[in-house]
Amino acid sequence: MVRTIGILIRKELDSAFNSWAIYTGYLLFFCICGFACWLSPGNVFTLGQAGMTPFFTVINWIAFFIIHALAMKSVADERRSGTLELLLTKPVTTFQLIAGKFCSYLIIIGIALFLTLPYYFTMTGLGSMDHGAVLLGYFGLILTSACYISIGLFASSAAKTPISAFFISLGTGLCFQVLFGLLANQIPFGPVANLFGFLSLPEHFESLNRGVLDTRDLFYFLSVIVLFLALAKLYINKYRH
Amino acid sequence: MDIVVENLSKSFGPQKAIDSISFQVKRGEVLGFLGPNGAGKTTTMKIISCFLFPDAGNVQVGNYSIRKHAAQIRQHIGYLPEHNPLYDEMNVIDFLQFIARIHNIPRYRITARILDMLRLCGLEKEKYKNIRELSKGYKQRVGLAQALIHDPEVVLLDEPTTGLDPNQIVEIREMIRTIGREKTIIFSSHLLTQVEATCNRVLIIHKGKIAADGTSAELRLTYTEKLLRLVVEGGNTEAVFNLLTGIPDVEDVEITEENSFRIQAGRNAPVEKDIFQLCEANGWYIKELVPIEERLEDIFRQVTQSS
Repeated sequence: MVRTIGILIRKELDSAFNSWAIYTGYLLFFCICGFACWLSPGNVFTLGQAGMTPFFTVINWIAFFIIHALAMKSVADERRSGTLELLLTKPVTTFQLIAGKFCSYLIIIGIALFLTLPYYFTMTGLGSMDHGAVLLGYFGLILTSACYISIGLFASSAAKTPISAFFISLGTGLCFQVLFGLLANQIPFGPVANLFGFLSLPEHFESLNRGVLDTRDLFYFLSVIVLFLALAKLYINKYRH
Repeated sequence: MDIVVENLSKSFGPQKAIDSISFQVKRGEVLGFLGPNGAGKTTTMKIISCFLFPDAGNVQVGNYSIRKHAAQIRQHIGYLPEHNPLYDEMNVIDFLQFIARIHNIPRYRITARILDMLRLCGLEKEKYKNIRELSKGYKQRVGLAQALIHDPEVVLLDEPTTGLDPNQIVEIREMIRTIGREKTIIFSSHLLTQVEATCNRVLIIHKGKIAADGTSAELRLTYTEKLLRLVVEGGNTEAVFNLLTGIPDVEDVEITEENSFRIQAGRNAPVEKDIFQLCEANGWYIKELVPIEERLEDIFRQVTQSS
């Protein structure tokens, strides 16, 4: 079971790092990160303190766009080329297939985040840092990325072509990233406002980014991940009925 | 492992792809699956390979049922899908290695199995190439190699010879025959001559139902009329024709050339005797009276055009 997932992860990573797309993605990621951190008008030197909170918010937004582009091909492309049929007639379950893709994308994002560690070391040299907050910030980034990946996998399973998967996943992602927060602000009070507030992803990310670890946030992230991965599984199997 | 298909049905929306079909394939048997496009061949194969779920009915592969033991069945089945999907960006060896590992082949046996497959499928020269760079025929060989790498007991091949040149077709046919001695093979094709040359048994499926089932010899007996070629000397063609049509059991007579006729009659009717007596009575002599063998093509056409 775990072994099969491991084989699938390795295959995904092999083919990902065999193409230029992933390196272009990384390059774009670091260019924007570098610009936002050191060169933009709101760069680290204007903050007046050594912290990575604004930097993490920028990373979060870049990851948001890059992950949808990364995940759009995952299932839709396999279904179109027929390799989904090839895999699912081998001893591979739909769950293992999804888990393999999910973990491999998480590893790709993890590598990108790992490579931003020099920023952290540089900033530690510039002033005193709240190391716990940085750690939780990274943890928060991994969790939000996992949410975007599961949304991307769901969209790719539901759509027929990668490009429609991209738009479905971007749309769903924007609901969690922007729309629910806006709605929560528009509705003055009451349970509906609370509900939208709870559904808004930045709310939960910001609290981790500030260095606050709350089980409600963890619960939120895990439920979003599980929900969309379950929907992905449902849609993959739907085409087989 | 035997395959037992019981009342299998599957619809896509309002269209019935297969409608309550049942058949059996025994170990050591090569079953040829024939039918016009859209007859339900691919759907049946997809169900047996546990990719699609049937609406009703069951498939038993050995002691495993597709409804309860899909995981075990997948382990024992080698399946080459119709359009031969492969990971184009991988090279041949990496791809086969990936498939071998997915099938849980022990690590120490993987290299040996890959080498066997490269040899069996004639891929030795192309083993380092990316699959994208291979010609259609070689891609098809990679498809076969991935279906056979784990030495499956049941092999399902959905049109394995499309896109191959005649030499390759013969090679693959030989291969199917060789592996078919110990395994259960279902193999679909449009090329009827091929099915006849390779398979022990033929199953013709039409509009989701089984239209004919048996060895090609049996099908000939069941589905064809008796066809005779008659060449008579010593009589006027017109006159012979008129008298031949008068024989009660003869269904159709056709003049193929001067003094030569094609006679169609009921399978069990004693027309040879009648023809002989007719010629004797008129003083003609029979130069040739031979049965014409019907080809599988004709049976196929007859069976699939009837409804």
